[in-house]
Amino acid sequence: MTLEIALFIIFAIVCVVSSVLMITRPNPVISALFLVLNFAGLAGLYLTLNAQFIAVAQVIVYAGAIMVFFLFVIMLLNPEKEKKFFKQKPKLKIFIVVIVALVLLQIVYMIFLSKPLNAINPEVARSVDAGTVETIGREMFTKYILPFEAAGYLLLAATIGALVLAKKKFE
Amino acid sequence: MQIPIEYYLILSAFMFSVGIVGVLTRRNAIVVFMSVELMLNSANLTLITFSSYLGDATGQLFVFFVMAVAAAEAAVGLAIIIAIFRNKLTVNIDEINILKW
Repeated sequence: MTLEIALFIIFAIVCVVSSVLMITRPNPVISALFLVLNFAGLAGLYLTLNAQFIAVAQVIVYAGAIMVFFLFVIMLLNPEKEKKFFKQKPKLKIFIVVIVALVLLQIVYMIFLSKPLNAINPEVARSVDAGTVETIGREMFTKYILPFEAAGYLLLAATIGALVLAKKKFE
Repeated sequence: MQIPIEYYLILSAFMFSVGIVGVLTRRNAIVVFMSVELMLNSANLTLITFSSYLGDATGQLFVFFVMAVAAAEAAVGLAIIIAIFRNKLTVNIDEINILKW
């Protein structure tokens, strides 16, 4: 077993366990902390996929900024705890889990049966080259400059919108 | 690149399913929101997987824009939740049914 496979298994287990724990914990603060762990595991998976820039952005933007924001709002509102996962409406929840598990089974079936995946023969050199900051920066500021500007406007609009929505009263 | 691409795709599908279960079963609006973030991230994992295995940076750029949109979405969504909490003093989505017919 090489280091690559070992790292994949470790990060995949971290992701799976933390995501399941996230949706089952009654306390929202603990849910948020498990989501941070999940994002950290995902950043590790991005590194095994040679996507260095996105891995760093994942840690800074998601695990850093967005989750701090979530924790801030949770502690500001201090919502009451829910009951244990299967205590409230257990039949409905088991039904939902079974349905989603069936859908997942279908997706897995499709992934293993699909032929086009066999046509992909990965080239390590090109994949390493695709993930560097240099490549992504060049693409972003030449080919994708318009979407980049649009994303800037979107963030400005979201900031103003959040201010207006969370303001106390309209004068 | 010794890991088969299917493993990454199945991991991503599993995380997406967990996100769906979270959205459908949890009653706290903030936790529902966090489940949506989980689903966004599992989609990101698929995009990065294909980007890496095909040696093309476009998928990673797309993930970058998804992150920008997710940040904007989190800001506006949590502002809406704060506004609702100010009016109804709850974030339980069973009690916020003002738009229900």
